[in-house]
Amino acid sequence: MFESIDLSLVNWSRAQFALTAMYHWLFVPLTLGTTFIIAIMETIYVKTGKPEWKTMTKFWMNLFGINFAIGVATGIILEFEFGTNWSNYSWFVGDIFGAPLAIEGIMAFFLESTFIAVMFFGWNKVSKKFHLLSSWLVAIGANLSALWILVANAWMQNPVGTTFNPDTARNEMTSFWEVLFSPVAINKFLHTINSGFVLSSVFVLGISAWFLLRKRHVVVARKSILVASIFGIISSLSLIMTGDGSARQVAAVQPMKFAAMEGLYNGQRGAGLVAIGVMSTSESDPRNENLKDFAMKIEIPNFLSYMAFLDWNAFVPGIHDIIDGNEEEGIMSAHEKIERGKFAIEQLRLFKEAKKNGDTDNETELRDLLTNENFQNEYFKYLGYGYIKDTNFLIPNVPLAFYSFHVMVMLGFMFLGMFVLALWWLLRGTLENFRWFLRLSVLTIPLAYLATQLGWMVAEFGRQPWVVQDLMPTTTAVSNISTASVQITFWLFALIFTSLLIAEVGIMTKQIKIGPKTEEKGGQK
Amino acid sequence: MIAAITYSLLQEYWWIIISLLGALLVLLMFVQGGQTLIYQLGKTDQERTIIINALGRKWEFTFTTLVTFGGAFFASFPLFYASSFGGAYWVWMAILFSFIIQAVSYEFRSKPANFLGAKTYEVFLFLNGLLGTILIGTAVGTFFNGAQFSLNAYNQVTWQTSARGLEAVLEIHNVLLGLTVFGLSRVLALQYFNNTIDNEAINGRTKKMLLFNVVPFLLFFLSFVVVLLLKRGFAYNPETLVVSLEPYKYLHNLLQMPLVLVLFLAGVFAVLWGIGLDLFKTPGKGIWYSGAGTVLTVFALFLLAGFNNTCFYPSAYDLQSSLHIRNSSSSEFTLRTMAWVSLLIPFVVAYIWIAWKAINNKKINQDEMDQETHKY
Repeated sequence: MFESIDLSLVNWSRAQFALTAMYHWLFVPLTLGTTFIIAIMETIYVKTGKPEWKTMTKFWMNLFGINFAIGVATGIILEFEFGTNWSNYSWFVGDIFGAPLAIEGIMAFFLESTFIAVMFFGWNKVSKKFHLLSSWLVAIGANLSALWILVANAWMQNPVGTTFNPDTARNEMTSFWEVLFSPVAINKFLHTINSGFVLSSVFVLGISAWFLLRKRHVVVARKSILVASIFGIISSLSLIMTGDGSARQVAAVQPMKFAAMEGLYNGQRGAGLVAIGVMSTSESDPRNENLKDFAMKIEIPNFLSYMAFLDWNAFVPGIHDIIDGNEEEGIMSAHEKIERGKFAIEQLRLFKEAKKNGDTDNETELRDLLTNENFQNEYFKYLGYGYIKDTNFLIPNVPLAFYSFHVMVMLGFMFLGMFVLALWWLLRGTLENFRWFLRLSVLTIPLAYLATQLGWMVAEFGRQPWVVQDLMPTTTAVSNISTASVQITFWLFALIFTSLLIAEVGIMTKQIKIGPKTEEKGGQK
Repeated sequence: MIAAITYSLLQEYWWIIISLLGALLVLLMFVQGGQTLIYQLGKTDQERTIIINALGRKWEFTFTTLVTFGGAFFASFPLFYASSFGGAYWVWMAILFSFIIQAVSYEFRSKPANFLGAKTYEVFLFLNGLLGTILIGTAVGTFFNGAQFSLNAYNQVTWQTSARGLEAVLEIHNVLLGLTVFGLSRVLALQYFNNTIDNEAINGRTKKMLLFNVVPFLLFFLSFVVVLLLKRGFAYNPETLVVSLEPYKYLHNLLQMPLVLVLFLAGVFAVLWGIGLDLFKTPGKGIWYSGAGTVLTVFALFLLAGFNNTCFYPSAYDLQSSLHIRNSSSSEFTLRTMAWVSLLIPFVVAYIWIAWKAINNKKINQDEMDQETHKY
């Protein structure tokens, strides 16, 4: 069904998608969160009529606008990159994957782009209430667009609501609601937007702290910190809850990713959670050098079993159990899955051949087999394994998954602590006395960006080699183009996005240094 | 009602939606046309700022329509999406790069500490205006002239040339459509400026430039249409789905689909009427007629490309790999699900209209630029 593809093409295509996605993700979280922060500030302005709230709204809106533009620029390529670089994937799963992308455009992008014009240009043209409504609609539109793309990504991690059609040789949707409301999708959406809210809160806190250090725009800074810290605390708590939910979903439907995230090689009942761990650089498993032993770890007994399955004594499969199988725990070996996948691929090939030769009896028999529910559950479910030649290929980069996950979690708790401290000291009127904390707040801004990137690294590197879990490995998903073409576009994207990033940082920094423009009561200066 | 629609009707319904989105995209590419006119119409910094701000309040509509067009095509005809984007790699990359540089240009152009400089972004806008229109038009030209691809038994695409889609510029008919779109975008932009800008110097220049741009646009358009109606087209047998070349296919489509013929003629008439209004009567009113006419004409052209058993994405290399609405669409379930979603479209159009009127309730002039706190 899928030809053997040059691995360098696969790796460059993966690299390009990672590059474009990571650049896009530098800007999207700030959009997701600041739109709500701005809407909240403007709501307070409309309710109270106090000009400092309008000043704040317009200041953060200015920064949002700079960020939004480059977010859009980096986003357009992603919409079409599924087609340009992953055309086999686009056909194989487009019946399910295309729908959320289209709905994203119809439902979310137009909402965002329409009312953003009112938000920026409508201050003196429309009523206060209409302007406020526009600001809220931009926030809702931005987060709605996140919903649909995350539903699509969640489906890649856990392909539900679908069946395989042998005539078209593709997966086809059978339940839209199963796709939309899959627990993986719900947790992923809520966790991701909350990560954006937290990043935005850190951003507002950090910049406001900088103003306080410089003793500039003190009123605006204090009120901004008030909004950001409360918004940040609520978002952080939600982030923790949904992160917990997401991890539990990963344990259920992507056990290899879970084992990699937790650095678990040998499964056990009552598995302990490695809270902090450092992997050795030299010792490794002779079967796979990727599997590094821990040089040091602090483990909480039984906690991993409880977190994963809400049972202190649950069996948590390790990497070796998933590869070698574990009869006692009912885990099929990778080798068995590969055999079943190969069988499914062969039946499909025979079906196509019978159809081409006009052998209708065979064609009918094979179609009945391929569409049979038992066959789909027992064989077709492992279709992707049929393309795997080496079981080591099924193991993602463990150190990368482990460190990304653990550093992300640590940073998340750090941010929560900072929001709590900021709010506490602000309400006590002593925040400006803690200059070390204000400096730390400024320095934390890049850490928020790091945390959000690490989250996506866990999600996407952790699922390798799958582009659709168990159904399609990345090696069969790429477009049939020359590696050189992808290399050229990779470097072009790197050049253009890096240039635009440098431009954006320069422009944003300048606007921060200029600071907010004071609004007079009842009008503007 | 949607539950009762047959699969074939759903396929036709979605080709209508795609055609409408394509038509709206061409209309909204007046933004791109305007970007190529910045230095011709704006002789001072202030004048250029007015022009850029007039366009800047609309640029996201075009962008969003392009993205939605792509997404809708993916959802409704995924085999086209996979084959065209995965095959014609270079032409789509060129189009996308031109839009990437546009997206930041409005916001970054006039901001201080801008290390690339304002001029760079103005060049970006010009490049997007030039390449975006010509390349999109040329790419759509392959809907009528065919592209160099083949599909295997598993519907995986192999592109037959190393130019990966750029070879479309070697087919003059494709280029004619590209130049038509480019010319139309400039004509519509000039009409939009007539409607939106209140500045004596700019308004004086737009009137002169309109005549100067209308002539080549009409020549390109006429040439494209004449060749189209006289050429062979890619037809498929509705029973067997076998593809063959049919002489005068698009002329036959026009005559066999009288409603499409009426739409096409009405569209062309409206465009000409709008241009005539702006040139000879009331500058500023013409955009409404030309705009509506553009949508009708382009809509009709898309219907010509995909209806009446016509392959909308033909393969000039392997006829039987050609795509039509019957062999490239999503499943019945997906099309039906998406049809429910499409009921949102009238609401989207309504709120766009409301917001557009709210922002465009008076013309942009120098006073507004002096007072505006957020400007490009």
